[in-house]
Amino acid sequence: MIDNLNIMLPEIFLSLSIFSILMIGVFTKNSFNLIFNLTSLIILVTISIILSSPNNQEKIFLDSFTRDAFSNYFKILILLSSLFVLNSSKNFIIDNKLDKFEYPIIILLSILGMFFMVSSNDLILFYLGLELQSLSLYILASIDRDNIRSTESGIKYFVLSALSSGLLLYGCSLLYGFTGSTNFELIATQLNKENAGAVFAMVFILVGLAFKVSAVPFHMWTPDVYEGAPTSITSYFAVVPKVAGLALLIKFMFIPFSNILLEWQTIIIFISIASMILGAVAAMIQKNFKRLLAYSSIGHIGYALAGVATGAISGYQSAVVYISIYVVMNIGAFSCLYLLKKDGQYKENISDLSGISKKHPLLAISLLIILFSLAGVPPLGGFFAKFYVFVAVLEKEMYALAIIGLLTTVMSAFYYLKIIKTIYFDDAIITFETKNRTAQVSIFACCTILITFFLYPSFLNNMVNILFVS
Amino acid sequence: MNFPILSTLIFLPLISSFFILLSKDKTNNSSSIYISLFSSIATFFLSLFLWYSLDVNSSEFQFVEEKSWINNFIKFKLGIDGISILFIVLTTFITPICIISCVNSVKVRVKEFLIAILILETFMIGVFCSLDLVIFYLFFEAGLIPMFLIIGVWGGPRRVYSAFKFFLFTLLGSVLMLVAIIVIYWLTGTTDITQIYEIKIPKEYQNILWLAFLSSFAVKMPMWPVHTWLPDAHVEAPTAGSVILAAILLKMAGYGFLRFSIPMFPLASEYFTPLIFTLSIIAIIYTSLVALMQDDMKKLIAYSSVAHMGYVTLGIFTLTKQGIEGSIYQMISHGLISAALFLCVGVVYDRLHSRMISTYGGLVNYIPKYSFLFLIFALAALGLPGTSGFLGEFLVLAGAFQKSYLAAMLATFGVVLGAAYMLWLTKRVIFGSTNNSEIKNLDDINKYEIVMLVTLAFLIIFFGFYPLPLMETFNVSVNSLIDNYETALILK
Repeated sequence: MIDNLNIMLPEIFLSLSIFSILMIGVFTKNSFNLIFNLTSLIILVTISIILSSPNNQEKIFLDSFTRDAFSNYFKILILLSSLFVLNSSKNFIIDNKLDKFEYPIIILLSILGMFFMVSSNDLILFYLGLELQSLSLYILASIDRDNIRSTESGIKYFVLSALSSGLLLYGCSLLYGFTGSTNFELIATQLNKENAGAVFAMVFILVGLAFKVSAVPFHMWTPDVYEGAPTSITSYFAVVPKVAGLALLIKFMFIPFSNILLEWQTIIIFISIASMILGAVAAMIQKNFKRLLAYSSIGHIGYALAGVATGAISGYQSAVVYISIYVVMNIGAFSCLYLLKKDGQYKENISDLSGISKKHPLLAISLLIILFSLAGVPPLGGFFAKFYVFVAVLEKEMYALAIIGLLTTVMSAFYYLKIIKTIYFDDAIITFETKNRTAQVSIFACCTILITFFLYPSFLNNMVNILFVS
Repeated sequence: MNFPILSTLIFLPLISSFFILLSKDKTNNSSSIYISLFSSIATFFLSLFLWYSLDVNSSEFQFVEEKSWINNFIKFKLGIDGISILFIVLTTFITPICIISCVNSVKVRVKEFLIAILILETFMIGVFCSLDLVIFYLFFEAGLIPMFLIIGVWGGPRRVYSAFKFFLFTLLGSVLMLVAIIVIYWLTGTTDITQIYEIKIPKEYQNILWLAFLSSFAVKMPMWPVHTWLPDAHVEAPTAGSVILAAILLKMAGYGFLRFSIPMFPLASEYFTPLIFTLSIIAIIYTSLVALMQDDMKKLIAYSSVAHMGYVTLGIFTLTKQGIEGSIYQMISHGLISAALFLCVGVVYDRLHSRMISTYGGLVNYIPKYSFLFLIFALAALGLPGTSGFLGEFLVLAGAFQKSYLAAMLATFGVVLGAAYMLWLTKRVIFGSTNNSEIKNLDDINKYEIVMLVTLAFLIIFFGFYPLPLMETFNVSVNSLIDNYETALILK
């Protein structure tokens, strides 16, 4: 038993560090900076622990916890994106007086929850991880507690998310009732088409997960929460929980529900198409950049789900590649928001970007790259993300899904172009104080990845290839 | 040949655009202009060297470069034959001219403009070099980004509308091509076109795939009825943008038909010939009539481009040797003529800031050198024998007569219309009475403009009298294209 504990070494290390820095935070004054730096350090150490752990599949605790290539990949993605999100937003946090020492600690707690989610092989552990993550996110959404919009978004998120967790839990209990097990592999062997109750349970679980990744028609909370929460939290919301949610969705499709492929495929195809269309249409009329990114992220989840909808390993792989590139693009886009500072205020309206290409050519060109990449124009990274998904979709001869997906790409190109128009074609109004070293670093990193992706586009594929072993 | 000469050709402009980015000159942008001019001329000579060392007696792809790109899936494959080399040389020839033209016409953000032009050149050369469908798509689409910015940042008053229309029309057409490309991959297991030529795509898929490719090429070409973006884009784009658009970007579609549609889907190409004939004839007649009614010079030339591209599609889908050779010739010559005409409009636009025909009149009395060159280009555009415009149209019509008398007759009627609008334009702009007093103070063309326009005029007349260098280059490739097409028809 003790020998096997190293399977969950990252989780153990993370929980112990969280408790220790919590103590440090409580007993030292003005400890935000210290805790913040320690958090980055903890994330880096956890990454190195995961990198040094082997990729072969191992399970402990009555097969309820797995460590394999899949969970390792997602854990590293979660950690890296949290690291970038946190560090790029540091100045923003301090400027907006959010620099409470709890902030990074709660982020670490949500990461711990996600770790258990992606490693879970059992309904109970999965639900515990999900709740740990969700509870941390509720606090984060309303962390600016004196700001009415932030608290409003926190309450909204809490009420709706609690409802979806309830549905999910109901689904889990149904699943247990109809299959007699909470273990993913055992459920898989018990499930078949005749088991109508289990199909019912599957729908509930899908609804819960669709809520977490904010797919249509369970997306209602996304724009409000994105707009209301402080930008640093929004960027975290837009990136990290999406990764974990998608990982879990893929995992559910891949292991417990692998025998009722047709049933869930229909639902996912519907969700995917609805998300792509809504993401493209609703974003067109947005004036707030964060709200626009919310709708754009709904659309992007639609594309990733199109990959999942194929029900084939190549499709899952393409969805993983998609979400990885999505993370890069979104971190870049949000980091740009941290540079739009004027008189101590951070601007978030699209019209504030007017003509920044004249005063801030580098910021403008970075946004240009990120936005064209989000639109999926070659030769940038975002194109390859879409390309792999559509290759997988067309392999399964799902022509309608592919054509709708590509048409919505054109529609969504419209609103990305509108921002580029504001940046490049309109007259300059505001000169921003763009001195924000950490955000600049992350913008630079994201743009470099997006531009140079075409030099070696199979970079992610090579890593993703080993994730799915059946 | 081990040295990756095609990659060098493609990435040379891109690398030099980095140097422009790094160059520091605040007041006049001389160093950026010199760097871009130098690199584009170097690219031009490199492409001439390629043309010189290309074996035109072989229909094989030459200078082939192949490199694993996406593992087990797509290879980064480049290569050229007798057809593509001409388009590459056209691209590398037009780019330095654009750069010279922006000395006069671009006043703001010159550095960014030059970078955009050079990046665009990279993508354009890439389109004509790629031997893999995905690589082709990549370059084909990537060109949208710099062109969108060129129209939008340096364009005229309605630039935003035009830039959006240009981008969205083209993107909409292309995504269907992307679906088709992926479907081809799953049908044949490769996107390498030399292998697809061998494999033969199943008959039942050919028509639908052909239509998907058409959706992209028809927008880019542009064919009636999806041509409406072109007049807008041309009118609002700065001179250099219009030149590149008319001279090169439109040719990508014609090249695409020759490289992809016909060899990959011969049966569908035959099946859809009546459709293309109809659309081409409508384009020729209808847009010529529309051109007659324009009072904006750039718009008139834009519509005339649509009509000329109608001859190109007509010629390609006659699927005869004369027709195809004629359309390639027409594309090259239209590349030179339309570039020259847009530059001419740019010359007077820089001075009077008006594109309206009514602003001008009687230019010949005040700026004779300009008027003389304008007359040459207008006559070339209407296909006067002795200019390169004549040969292309003549061969296309000769090809069309072998397939359909009706189409050929109507297309010939279009030649008359073409003469009508071009001559009427010349009459109103160059001759006639001068109503505008500002014209009396116009400066005649300066040394930069002389260099650009005289070079173009020389080439237009040279290729009008001596077409052999071009004909020899693509002769063997066209023969093998038609041979393969005919064998495919027999085998069906």
